Amino acid sequence: MKNKKEKQKNTFQKILEVIKTMASKPSGLIGLTILIFHVILAITSPLYVPYDYKAIDPSLMLNPPSSEFWFGTDSLGRDVFTRTILGGRTALTVTFFGSLIALLWGGSLGIFCGLVGGKIDDVVMRIIDAFLSIPWILAMLLIVSLLGTTTLVLIPALGFFYGKGIVRVARAATHDVIAKDFIVSARARGHSNISIIWNEILPNVRDAIMVEGAMRWSWMLLGFSSLSFLGFGVSPPTPDWGLMISNARGLMSFAYWAVLAPIVGLSSLIIGINLTADAFAKALGIDRSTKAPV
Amino acid sequence: MKTSVQQINNLTIGFQSQKGQQISILKNINTTINKGETVGIVGESGSGKSTLALAMMGYVKHGLFTISGECMFHSNNLLEMNNKELENIRGRKIAMIPQNAGQSLTPNLKIGYQIDEALKLHTDLKKTDRDNKISELLNKVRLPSPETMAQRYPHELSGGQQQRVAVAMALAGSPELLLLDEPTTGLDVTTQAHVLELLNLIAKDTGTSMVYVSHDLGAIAQVSDRVIVMYSGEIVLDGPVRSILKNPIHPYTFGLLKSIPKLTLPGLPNSMSGSQPQPGSIKEGCSFYDRCEFADKNCKINSPELEYINDLNTHVRCFRHKELINQNELNSQTVKSIENKILKNEILDLSNVSISYAKQKFIEQLINKIEDKNPTVKDIDININKGETLALVGESGSGKSTILKSIAGLLKTKDGIIKFEKDKELSSDLRKRDPKFLRAIQLIFQNPDESLNPNHTVEEIVAQPLKLYFGLKGHELKEKIINVLDKVRLGEFYITRYPRQLSGGEKQRVAVARAFAAKPDIILCDEVTSALDVSVQAAVLNLLQELKEDFGTTYIFVSHDLAVVRAISDRVAVLYQGRLCEIGPSKNVYKFPSHPYTEVLLGAVLEPDPDIKPKLVAEDIVEEKPPENGCSFQGRCPRILGDICKNEVPPWQTTENGNSIRCHIKIDDLKNQQTLN
Ligand SMILES: Nc1ncnc2c1ncn2[C@@H]1O[C@H](COP(=O)(O)OP(=O)(O)O)[C@@H](O)[C@H]1O
Ligand code: SF4
Ligand code: SF4
Ligand SMILES: [Mg+2]
Repeated sequence: MKNKKEKQKNTFQKILEVIKTMASKPSGLIGLTILIFHVILAITSPLYVPYDYKAIDPSLMLNPPSSEFWFGTDSLGRDVFTRTILGGRTALTVTFFGSLIALLWGGSLGIFCGLVGGKIDDVVMRIIDAFLSIPWILAMLLIVSLLGTTTLVLIPALGFFYGKGIVRVARAATHDVIAKDFIVSARARGHSNISIIWNEILPNVRDAIMVEGAMRWSWMLLGFSSLSFLGFGVSPPTPDWGLMISNARGLMSFAYWAVLAPIVGLSSLIIGINLTADAFAKALGIDRSTKAPV
Repeated sequence: MKTSVQQINNLTIGFQSQKGQQISILKNINTTINKGETVGIVGESGSGKSTLALAMMGYVKHGLFTISGECMFHSNNLLEMNNKELENIRGRKIAMIPQNAGQSLTPNLKIGYQIDEALKLHTDLKKTDRDNKISELLNKVRLPSPETMAQRYPHELSGGQQQRVAVAMALAGSPELLLLDEPTTGLDVTTQAHVLELLNLIAKDTGTSMVYVSHDLGAIAQVSDRVIVMYSGEIVLDGPVRSILKNPIHPYTFGLLKSIPKLTLPGLPNSMSGSQPQPGSIKEGCSFYDRCEFADKNCKINSPELEYINDLNTHVRCFRHKELINQNELNSQTVKSIENKILKNEILDLSNVSISYAKQKFIEQLINKIEDKNPTVKDIDININKGETLALVGESGSGKSTILKSIAGLLKTKDGIIKFEKDKELSSDLRKRDPKFLRAIQLIFQNPDESLNPNHTVEEIVAQPLKLYFGLKGHELKEKIINVLDKVRLGEFYITRYPRQLSGGEKQRVAVARAFAAKPDIILCDEVTSALDVSVQAAVLNLLQELKEDFGTTYIFVSHDLAVVRAISDRVAVLYQGRLCEIGPSKNVYKFPSHPYTEVLLGAVLEPDPDIKPKLVAEDIVEEKPPENGCSFQGRCPRILGDICKNEVPPWQTTENGNSIRCHIKIDDLKNQQTLN
């Protein structure tokens, strides 16, 4: 029992240390700050929104920013500030759980492929490559138009498409470990495959997979917002940055405020995740090959 | 008056610690490299050898910086030159051969082309002159038929030949100073002896000054005129090779020499306790104080200076060196002769074992057979008794590890049977093997960095076999872990450490502890001391021996180092290309008459003594595959008889000493030939 507690304490200390290292560089600190700000905003914003996000008032159409409506109003007369601070909630939730799913299936399949190697590995990777060559957005549109745009469809669908890259990373990391003598040693002792994966491989590939997952999160966020932009993500009147940008983009020349606020919201979140993922990778000593989406 | 090529004055190189302190890893180095001289630099890993060698060509690794001092090449300070000036010197006036240089040749470019590139970079020769120069260089490094050699790709050359090409490239700019960083580490004994011979010839031919960095005193003894011994970033001894190796007047060198197993003095050498201090941890006193047998109170408080001893032409850093002068204890070096209790019961029996790496075809998979007329390992017949230590020796690729893997069940055998305790046949499929046999046979690997999971603590590592085989949990488990660690002389406080927080020797102890935790009957040791420093090697060998005496464990000990094998084993089996050449009690295998291959191996052993030269009897070519017919050694045998060796598998013969030799030459003839030289 004591053992387990000690272990938890150790893990906790390790996490704390990683976060400290991340925050020790300006870019990491900025990234973490932005990310934490967004997360807190998403959780708490319903408590202090000044207006009802769906209250339509034609008389207030496209008002510029003022002391009453800080970010102005949109074409239906809704308060842009209210909608902006609420607009990241769905995106964050969907992509966070989507990334978890991507991590889970991508990581397991990648480790499995790396472990078994040979023909099976070849075939699986071919299939993955074939999937990679389909423009994901087309496939997503197909899925969403068949099954609808509820979060219960979006989360697994996004998770599936963004897991492919994780498979590659997990497989490569596993390949590196698998030839090491400590794996040979475990096999010679007679440990089961499950035990070898869990005790020997996972601790050594976990960091690489998590960094890739964090990266994929920001890609997914961009992807999800694109879907909303195209009208296949969040359905109105729920506030969402992608949707807000889409609705207001035609009015950009005379009502910039309706577009600007969601753009700042979305890009700052993506940049925040990116910087954080970068710092995370550096803190864990991992060379990241995947490039940021922005 | 000797002319100096390089003069190093008060050089201190270090880094900035996280707390902002300056920590030196080279401390106040003063030395001179003279023209035409070969200087050996020795020391344990981490003693600063490579940092010093790099500084000699004006290079300071990233993260390090020069704290003080200078590195004068003729009259210029290399450490103050800009990149442009350094470019004119590196490769042209000072060349370096890094570790594994031979293996790092560009694989898809021809040898001639690669040397030509080096010539273009480091000389101003024209095309035709360069072509001549390529032949000349290949000749200089004694590669046969330079024209055809230039047309080959690196993979078509043996390891030794690749290393020769690396030397040729370094000589391209006719440097005045050649720096070599562990140039023969990782090469086979025979290849190593040949490369060292070549370096001696080149030094003589060209008058190039050389700096030879190595942890291997045997190699240093063969090439150096002068030896510098480093410890913890300091020069502790600097003088002519004979005085350093035959009458070392510094306790560290003394201990180092005593911890090397030697063929001339068979038995387990004493080990030096402790390990090198971490950089920056020594605040006052002599840096060797913790490990020194001669230390007194003075050494704890005051740091000795490098002092010149006129009679010996030697610099030494020790207060008490006078007491070491004329201490002829080196000759009366105490070694522990091993005397294993070998029981009559057979514990492992390999009969007719053949192992193939050939891929099984589909049909063969179905009938579970491999058709390979020329398998990697063939017809191995060995019995091992309980309590015995059997050594397998041979060059790399001779199938030593392959045999161990098959015994452990990691590799299927093609033919033959492996039996445990006389009558229990071991399945060659790991998954079908009875768990109690898995427990009975444990492995220890060469490199503990690879064999210990970097993400596990020492506790988790040692717990694995205890949980798996004995189902231990909680308090009981912890107690047992501490108990096992104690057996390998590691205190309880180690349990929370990760492998990266341990020294090389400590890591290998953890690996030994993990193996012993399973209470095995047999431990397979694959080059377990090859990656360790000599002082640590002696300690690990002694530990293995003590544990064996306590538990009656049987060892199969694989090594390429014949002196180590001689020290630890009861019986030796010599392998060439996966075929047995000779087997017998170790004290007899090391006596003539021997199998011609054993003779070659014994001749190539490097003793840490400049007056014992290796005998190079055979070429250092490397064969890709074993020959299909006849004797496995026919391709390189210096005593080959002719067609009979090519066509007929030689018979086993037994010598009067009791060892078995597989050769067509009659024992009496072998005896006459081998006593001749
Ligand atoms: N996985 C492998 N696949 C094919 N050939 C191999 C493999 N491992 C080793 N070999 C070959 O088997 C021979 C014996 O290798 P090994 O047992 O590692 O020798 P040693 O341990 O004596 O150096 C060598 O020729 C080597 O190239
Ligand atoms: S100075 Fe003292 S501690 Fe240092 S090597 Fe000499 S005797 Fe040993
Ligand atoms: S059988 Fe022939 S080739 Fe083989 S070792 Fe003897 S003499 Fe040499
Ligand atoms: Mg080997």
